[in-house]
Amino acid sequence: MTQPVSNCPNCGAKIVFQWSSSVQTVCQYCKSILVRTNVDLKKVGQVADLPPDSSPIQLNTEGIYRNKAFVVGGRILYEYDQGGWNEWHITMNDGTSAWLSDAQNEFAISFATNTAGLPASTQVKVGQQYSWNNQHYTLTVITPAHYRGVEGELPFQYWDKTDVTFADLRSETGKFATLDFSDEQPALYLGEFVEFDDLKLKNLRSFKGW
Amino acid sequence: MSAATPPLSNPPKPQAKALNCPQCGAAITLRALGHAETVVCESCHSILDAKDPNLQILQKFEAIAGADRPLIPLGTRGKLRGTDYEVIGFQRRSIQVEGISYHWHEYVLFNPYKPIRYLTEYNGHWNDISVCKELPVTQFASANYLGEVYKHFQSSDATTDYVLGEFPWQVRVGEHAAVAEYVKPPRVLSAEKTANEVTWSLGEYTYGADIWKSFNLPGSPPEAVGVYENQPSPVSENVKGIWAAFLAFAIFLLLLMAGFDVISNKGTAFESSYRLNAGEPRGEASFVTDVFNLEGRTSNVEVSTSAGVDNSWIYLNYALINQDTGQAWDFGREVSYYHGYDSDGSWSEGSTKDTVVIPSVPAGHYYLRIEPEVDPKHPPTAYSVQVKRDVPVLGFFGIAFLALLLPAIAITWRSINFERMRWAESDHPPIKIGNSEE
Repeated sequence: MTQPVSNCPNCGAKIVFQWSSSVQTVCQYCKSILVRTNVDLKKVGQVADLPPDSSPIQLNTEGIYRNKAFVVGGRILYEYDQGGWNEWHITMNDGTSAWLSDAQNEFAISFATNTAGLPASTQVKVGQQYSWNNQHYTLTVITPAHYRGVEGELPFQYWDKTDVTFADLRSETGKFATLDFSDEQPALYLGEFVEFDDLKLKNLRSFKGW
Repeated sequence: MSAATPPLSNPPKPQAKALNCPQCGAAITLRALGHAETVVCESCHSILDAKDPNLQILQKFEAIAGADRPLIPLGTRGKLRGTDYEVIGFQRRSIQVEGISYHWHEYVLFNPYKPIRYLTEYNGHWNDISVCKELPVTQFASANYLGEVYKHFQSSDATTDYVLGEFPWQVRVGEHAAVAEYVKPPRVLSAEKTANEVTWSLGEYTYGADIWKSFNLPGSPPEAVGVYENQPSPVSENVKGIWAAFLAFAIFLLLLMAGFDVISNKGTAFESSYRLNAGEPRGEASFVTDVFNLEGRTSNVEVSTSAGVDNSWIYLNYALINQDTGQAWDFGREVSYYHGYDSDGSWSEGSTKDTVVIPSVPAGHYYLRIEPEVDPKHPPTAYSVQVKRDVPVLGFFGIAFLALLLPAIAITWRSINFERMRWAESDHPPIKIGNSEE
C-alpha cells in the first residue's frame, strides 16, 4: 500500500497517512487538525493539549484481534461527568476499520454498522432490550459526554463536535454495542469486550514503576 | 533530535506526583496519575479534582469521628491472582436495614494495564471484585451469569460516607446507589444502579489471611465475625460427599453381612423338646442334656428357646458346661407371651421364642443343665431348646451403620445451620424454628 505523503499547511512538517482511508489527522508537531481534500490538506482547527492520560495504548500500538494484526492510528478522547475514555481507531491488516475503546482499562473492539431503524437519543432508557444481527443487547448506560480532543488519523472529520451522547449495551455473552448520537442519524457500533492480554499488544506505553 | 522523530505524545511521567492541597496545603500524592479522577486530602477531607493541575476542590466532607483507617494502607502493592496491584483508594459505604446501619469498606486496586479491581471488607470477610463483561440475566429472585444461577440475597440503598485516596470515577460522599446482591458461594454478583447506569460486578470470597499474604501486611487480619453472604460453607461441600461415602459403606456393610451369613457355620449342635407339668416339685425339674460337640474356632453359641406359652410364662435357668474343663456359662431366660383385647383393641406382649448369644466359647464337649420354672396355675408347657454354633451377629453391623450415620447427620445439621445463619442476614430469612432467636 502506498502511503500518501503531504506537508502540514501550518508548519510544513511531513504528514504521512498510515491508512489510505483516513479523512483527518493531527500534525504531530503543531497539533493542527488537518482534513484531507481532493488536492491537499486543510487546517480546520487546533488540538488543545490532551489532559494527562491513563491509557496503556498509544499511537502505533500493534495487536492481534481474531487472527488479524491491527495498528492504532488515531483516537478520540471523550469526557463525561464521571471520568473519561478513549476510542482508539484501529486498522486491521485487511484494511477494515474498527474501534478499540478503553474505559478504565475495560477494553472493547467494535465495528461501524449500517443499521436502519435505530432509536433516537430521546427514546433510549437504561434497561431497554434491543436485538441486532440475532443478538440481544440490554442498554446499561447512557453517557452524555463531550469531546475532549483527538490525536492521529481518523476515518471521518471529527473536530467541531462538543456534546455527544452515547448509549452502551451489553449482552449475556460479552458482546458490546454502542449507539452514537453525535450525528443527526444515530450510528450503531457492534463488537465485544476483549481481554487486554488476548490482544497481544506491542508498542505499549510504559509506566514508570510498573 | 532529527525532524523525522516525532516527540512522544505521552512522555513518561513519574510514578507518583507530589502536589499540595489547595484547601490546607497538605501534601497530596497521586499514585494512579491519569487514571485518577478524584483524590482526597487526608488532612482536611477535601475531595479534589485529580485531572486538574491545581487540584480544584470538588467537595469537602466531615470525617466521621474515629473514622475507619484502611486496613491495607494506601500505596501498598500486592500480587492478587498473579497480577500486581496498588491500593489507591478507600471508601466506606453503608446501608440501612430496619433502622440499623451496616457499613463496609472498599479498596480500589490499580494496575495501569488492567481493569480496576476492588477489595471489600465487612466484619473481617473479604471479597475480590471485578466488573462483569457479560451481562447477568435476572428473573424472579435469581440471576443467571455464565450458566450459573445466583440466588437473590439482599437489595439495599448504599451510601458512600467516607473516602480516602484516589478514585477512577468522580466519587462524592453522600452519593447513593441501589445495590442488589445475588449469591452462589463463594461468589457474589452485585448490580449497582444509578439513574443512568447499571454496573454488574462479580466478587469472590477471599480469606483475610490470603489478603495479608498478598499484600505482605504485618500482623494478622481481623477475625471474620458471623457468616457472610457468600462465605463458602466449611461443611456444605462435604455433605454430598459424606452421604455418598455413607451409602458406599452401607452397601459394603450389607455385602459383608451377606458374606458372614454365607460363611458362618450356623450348624445346629443340639436340639431337643421337653414338657414341663405345672405343680411338679421344683427339685425334680433340674436336668442335664446329652453331651454335644462344639467344633471349630472359638466362636459364639446361640441358645434358642421356644415355648408353647399362651398368656403364661416359663423361666429357664441354663448352664452351658464344658465336660472336659468344667467351665460353665450360667444364664437365665424368660419366655412369656400375653395377648388379649381391651378398649384400644387387641394387644400382645412378649414372644414364644427367645434367643441368646454366648460369645467366645471354645470348641469341646458340652452339655446343658436346665432348670425350668412355670406358673404353677398353668397347664403343662411344652418347650424346645436349640443350640447353634458360630452364628453371625448382625448387631455389630447395626453399630457400624450407626457409627457412619451419626457423623453424616451431624455434618448435614451443621451445614443446614450454616446456611440458616447466612440467609438470616438476607432479604429472605429462613423461617425460625421454635423461639430460639430474637
